[in-house]
Amino acid sequence: MTDRQHLDEEALAELQDVMEDEFDVLIQTYIVDSRDRIASLRTALAASDADAFARTAHSLKGSCINIGAPRLGELCLEAEEAGKAGDLGEGSELVGAIEEEFATVTGLLDRLLVR
Amino acid sequence: MSQNILRILIADDSDTDRLILQALIKRLGHEVIEAVDGLDAVKKFGEDHPDIVLLDALMPRMDGMEAARHIKVLAGERLVPVIFLTSLSETEDLVRCLEAGGDDFLTKPYNRVIIEAKINAFDRMRRMHDTLSQQHQEISERNRQLLEEQSIARRVFDNVAHTGCLDSPNIHYHASPLSVFNGDVLFASPLPAGGMLIFLGDFTGHGLPAAIGAMPVAEIFYGMARKGFSGADVLREINQKLKLILPTGMFCCGALVEADFKLGQLRVWNGGLPEAWVIRADGDPVLLPSRHLPLGILPPEQFESVMEALQVWPGDRLLMMTDGVLEATNDHGELFGLAGVRRCLDRPGSGRHPFDAVVEGVRQFSVKTAESDDLTLVALDITDQPEVPAVQEQPPPSALAGPTEWRCEYEIRERTLGDFSPLPLLLHICLEVPGLRTRGGEIYTLLSELYNNALEHGVLQLPSEWKHSADGFGRYYSERQARLARVDGHYIRFSLHHTRKPGGGRLRVVCEDSGTGFDFRNHPLVSGQGGGDSPRYAGRGLLLLKRLSNNITFRGRGNHVEIVYDWNFSEHQGDGDDR
Repeated sequence: MTDRQHLDEEALAELQDVMEDEFDVLIQTYIVDSRDRIASLRTALAASDADAFARTAHSLKGSCINIGAPRLGELCLEAEEAGKAGDLGEGSELVGAIEEEFATVTGLLDRLLVR
Repeated sequence: MSQNILRILIADDSDTDRLILQALIKRLGHEVIEAVDGLDAVKKFGEDHPDIVLLDALMPRMDGMEAARHIKVLAGERLVPVIFLTSLSETEDLVRCLEAGGDDFLTKPYNRVIIEAKINAFDRMRRMHDTLSQQHQEISERNRQLLEEQSIARRVFDNVAHTGCLDSPNIHYHASPLSVFNGDVLFASPLPAGGMLIFLGDFTGHGLPAAIGAMPVAEIFYGMARKGFSGADVLREINQKLKLILPTGMFCCGALVEADFKLGQLRVWNGGLPEAWVIRADGDPVLLPSRHLPLGILPPEQFESVMEALQVWPGDRLLMMTDGVLEATNDHGELFGLAGVRRCLDRPGSGRHPFDAVVEGVRQFSVKTAESDDLTLVALDITDQPEVPAVQEQPPPSALAGPTEWRCEYEIRERTLGDFSPLPLLLHICLEVPGLRTRGGEIYTLLSELYNNALEHGVLQLPSEWKHSADGFGRYYSERQARLARVDGHYIRFSLHHTRKPGGGRLRVVCEDSGTGFDFRNHPLVSGQGGGDSPRYAGRGLLLLKRLSNNITFRGRGNHVEIVYDWNFSEHQGDGDDR
């Protein structure tokens, strides 16, 4: 398992600076967006569509890296690579880990918004 | 450096990433256009014409690579930098992005410093490209204008310097259609008394400046030749004009040839052109090198317009060329030179015309075929009676009725006898009579026979027998020059008298000179007592006068000649093609 942080505080601080008033919108957008993509991962897995699985994981990875959720990004990369390799044997475990990490990240981000 | 506000298209299907990127770019002061996938990006590119495009590589509907290809096509000649947004890490994926027309990458997570640096770098590149293509367009436009100006100048020049009698069967010439822009000019005109005047010139410089000098030269040449001025007069006039109008350092190398087929005589002036050649019927060459400075250099009082006289016979050929011929180079960098011309001409019995031999010789020698466009050659065949095509360029008939009843007397004296020919002036007076305008050639011949006889045999007392041998020929002309310096007290007087007659008119010309005259009463041609088995020059002149006029009378001691020339409106209808 990766030892990366759940949230990159420094990156988030910079985003807050860049986004100004839009920061809350960004975080909410990220959460909604990611929830959709995780659902898509499940759908692709059920259909055994490795290709769609990889593409969705790739997209999710991008926004996770951008928002400052490196550990979640790392999990997505593993999922993307598994999809590209056409090996969805551990797909269910991977999506599970992603869901778990996403919950953690969402909780942390929520606190950021409340603050 | 002042910040340029750019219009930047960003295409990313991830709302999160797009939100971050647009915020970053807006903070840099640029305008953002957002697209949610490749198809949307292509559509918005066509609508909003962004300056720079940022494309996510993987997108639904149409991915970034395909969008990039479409965008590059739509951009056409405009440089629109396409930067891929990617978290792709495998080399081959990055290569595919570049192959699709991408110019660079931005990797996630976005770094504002790098984004700013890249946008600025591509903006500089984009503007440089714009400047270059704008300059390229300006240059193309300039070039198009130049070509258009040249073709206009060419049309103007053609109107002034029509081909004259260059199309005569005894003239061969080679000149590129745009030769005037290489500074080369070639003119030929029939002379009112028969014979031809040919001028070959080579101006310093190229392009329009060279062509501009050509216009007045053409005008002087054709204007004066038609009016019967001598070659020397034409040269003096051209030199004076060019000296006046050309800037220092610009001049015209040129050669003028006056061909008199009746007398079998060429008069040549060469100022700065390569040797002119006379190739005898048997193949022997005579070289006529430049003996003068080019035209447009010397002030009128220092200009030397004396022409070299050379006796020629039918079958002889004259060849003149510009230095483009001598300067043709082969692939060893060797010059064609005078030796090259000699090689071409040194093949007697080949049956080829010297003109063809030289043109062919230069073509074979020269590396670049284009060089043959830079040279001008002209050859004149000496014949008994050259057919000169009718010159289209008749002066338009004046609408005015013109004088029909008039009398005038004109006398030239002493030193003016050597300096000045009264013929153009007298011809001009006669041609004011509308009915005489189409008879300029005959009138000129009459006047010039009278004048030349009065001057050479009357005043200067030169025996015409001298002209029958090659030695005597040269002696005749040197003696003529010498005696022209000793004409104190001498004169030639013309009296012209024109009256109207039913259906036409009568021109009476009296020519008197101060010479000792000749024994016309015992001259076989005058007394009409046969003889004339050896047609001598004076005899030929007299025959011509008799043939052209209705009556000829000698008076006094033979120094007073009167001719009567009658004309009718009904004659000369055939050549009345007055346009």
